[in-house]
Amino acid sequence: MAQMNMIQALNSAMDIKLGQDPSVVVLGEDIGFFGGVFRVTDGLQRKYGESRVMDTPISEGGIIAAAIGMAVNGLRPVAEIQFADYIYPGYDQIVSELARIRYRSAGEFSAPVTVRTPCGGGIRGGQTHSQSPEALFAHVAGLKVVMPSNPYDAKGLLIAAIEDDDPVIYFEPKRIYNGPFDGDPHKPAVPWATHPKGDVPEGHFTVPIGKAEIVRAGSDLTIVTYGTMVHVSEAAARGLGLDAEIIDVRTMVPLDTDTICNSVARTGRCVVVHEATRFAGFGAELSATVQENCFWNLEAPILRVAGWDTPYPHAFEWEYFPGQARVTKALKAVMEAS
Amino acid sequence: MVAESRLHVPRTPARPGDAPDFSYLKLSPAGKLARPDAGVPASETRYLSEGLVRVLDEEHRAIGPWNPHLDAAELQVALRHMLMTRVYDDRMQRIQRSGKISFYMRSYGEEAVSVAMAMALRPSDMLFPSYRNQGLYFVRGRPVLDLMCQLLSNTRDMCKGRQLPVMYHWRDGNIFSISGNLATQFPQAVGWAMAAAIKGQDAIAVSWIGEGSSAEADFHHALLFASVYKAPVILCVVNNQWAISTFQGTAGGERQTFAARGPGYGIAGVRVDGNDFLAVHAVTQWAAERARTGRGPTLVEHVTYRAAAHSTSDDPARYRPKDDYEKFPLGDPVERLKNHLIGLGEWSEERHRALIAELDEHIASSWKEAVSYGTLTEAPRLDPGLMFEDVFAEIPEHLRRQEAEMRDEMAGK
Repeated sequence: MAQMNMIQALNSAMDIKLGQDPSVVVLGEDIGFFGGVFRVTDGLQRKYGESRVMDTPISEGGIIAAAIGMAVNGLRPVAEIQFADYIYPGYDQIVSELARIRYRSAGEFSAPVTVRTPCGGGIRGGQTHSQSPEALFAHVAGLKVVMPSNPYDAKGLLIAAIEDDDPVIYFEPKRIYNGPFDGDPHKPAVPWATHPKGDVPEGHFTVPIGKAEIVRAGSDLTIVTYGTMVHVSEAAARGLGLDAEIIDVRTMVPLDTDTICNSVARTGRCVVVHEATRFAGFGAELSATVQENCFWNLEAPILRVAGWDTPYPHAFEWEYFPGQARVTKALKAVMEAS
Repeated sequence: MVAESRLHVPRTPARPGDAPDFSYLKLSPAGKLARPDAGVPASETRYLSEGLVRVLDEEHRAIGPWNPHLDAAELQVALRHMLMTRVYDDRMQRIQRSGKISFYMRSYGEEAVSVAMAMALRPSDMLFPSYRNQGLYFVRGRPVLDLMCQLLSNTRDMCKGRQLPVMYHWRDGNIFSISGNLATQFPQAVGWAMAAAIKGQDAIAVSWIGEGSSAEADFHHALLFASVYKAPVILCVVNNQWAISTFQGTAGGERQTFAARGPGYGIAGVRVDGNDFLAVHAVTQWAAERARTGRGPTLVEHVTYRAAAHSTSDDPARYRPKDDYEKFPLGDPVERLKNHLIGLGEWSEERHRALIAELDEHIASSWKEAVSYGTLTEAPRLDPGLMFEDVFAEIPEHLRRQEAEMRDEMAGK
């Protein structure tokens, strides 16, 4: 085991796959010589060469489309989109092409592409460096969608994504690249070395796509969440002294309905938490899934905690961000409902 | 058969530790390229798109057919705007380091592009800038105080706290809102120009993107629509050699100039020395006349150099030689205009120093006033309720509810 932050864990995953499998290539803007604006691909070009770790033009549509073509010809591309906010020029290639190639060719062609992209706010990035667009991808049939909340899962899920024969959209919550974040920007930063999930095996391992994790077992209520909000939710529940069961969804598609619904069936109460905007967000899917499966066990309405339905405002970042106060209010409301 | 194809990776001429190498840069001597009539067919602009329009020679004299023959007073105004841009950038960069603003982007080395173009255009012409066109606002008369308030997201912020620093806009000055996403404004400028043609307006549209951003499909949307509808627009690729860490060869500049894409689309193409105020001014006049007289769009490539970091989040020492800019063959735009004016007997080192001191003082006093309207972290602050306005023309019910929830949350309820 080694101490890793998320950046190092992601780097290690790509390093291992580039080393093991000559068909793996990595491409994106500033990812080669420079090692990426967040340093996630640092050193990989030096080690594996310019034909396997490629600096591309600033063309997200081109990056995704070229990755599809490479994959159709037998490679396993890992494409980096520098910020999730910049993914939309590639959206047509993802939605109309990447997601459906296997389906429309009756399985004769497929494109095992992994698209890595940093998401989420809390870094004063304004509206173009803070978005959480996972719902826009989870809504598309044919895409697997993943978002880790810690270094261990980040590495295991990225290796699993690269080895997966289907396309995977892999979101990296950038606020927790260097350490877990409980939602309070005024506290000093905490490194991953203080967290058990900062212990990461140096070699190959996978975290299965499609499996949620119970990060804290409890009996008072179930919090269903992912990404940065796992840590905010843990802190909020701790603050209230609740025996909360906290589920890190980890994979949005395919969704681990069993782990989530078995938990809510036991606790009878559920709060769904994510950073993305609320309206038609992924929380709506989670909430509907719980309602359909656990209606007769529910003792309170399911509540959602999310970002407000506005673009991410630069100056009001912490009024926008669903921090501990917003989570706490929902936890109380769900616990107090009779 | 043995396969002979190998993936070609564009060569970056110099990385940290290497000597700067600009042997790739094709230059034309000042005064050499002919200046055709502004109505020349696009196909006859190939030599302009592959050469380099230059007016200032090595001795800082204005020579050749592109000399715009501006009077000294106008050149002094230009120098003031360019220096203003530089002094403002330097001060804001230092202030970002102190934590008062979250982010900044300088246009150091590229000041002539914005200042010369804005001066050669009419105030009614609509500008669609990138995030490195500060000079446009100074030429059009926006007080620097207003720009500072935007950087601070304070109570006088034109963006009401919603945008990253430098993402200005100015409706009354005919300068469009900066996106933050790359190249999106390029085809929008074409649409604005198409509307001007539909409405019979005399105004033209102008847009700027970096050579790196020209890799986005939006670049091609812009050229195609501009060509198809002969839109009255000037489309500029500011080739500053670097897109963060990526050299211009990776954006497609290795074997062909960016301007040469113009004639490929049936659009006039001109490649200009972007650090030569007079050349940029002259090319803008030419392209504006072409657009205004119904003879169609022009693609202008400004050959310049991004002398500063990409942004305050970037460190160019990691990817290019430290002394790269000092060796850039087209020099520094401010120094070149200054030396030209000195050669004319219309300027001096003393006046130059005095102007910098005057601008410094103006920036310092403006900053003092700007922070009195609040900073990102210090009162007075904008009302966070503003985040719910302007999502739609009228605030819908669900956002009103969320605003109420937010106010409860802020009140600790």
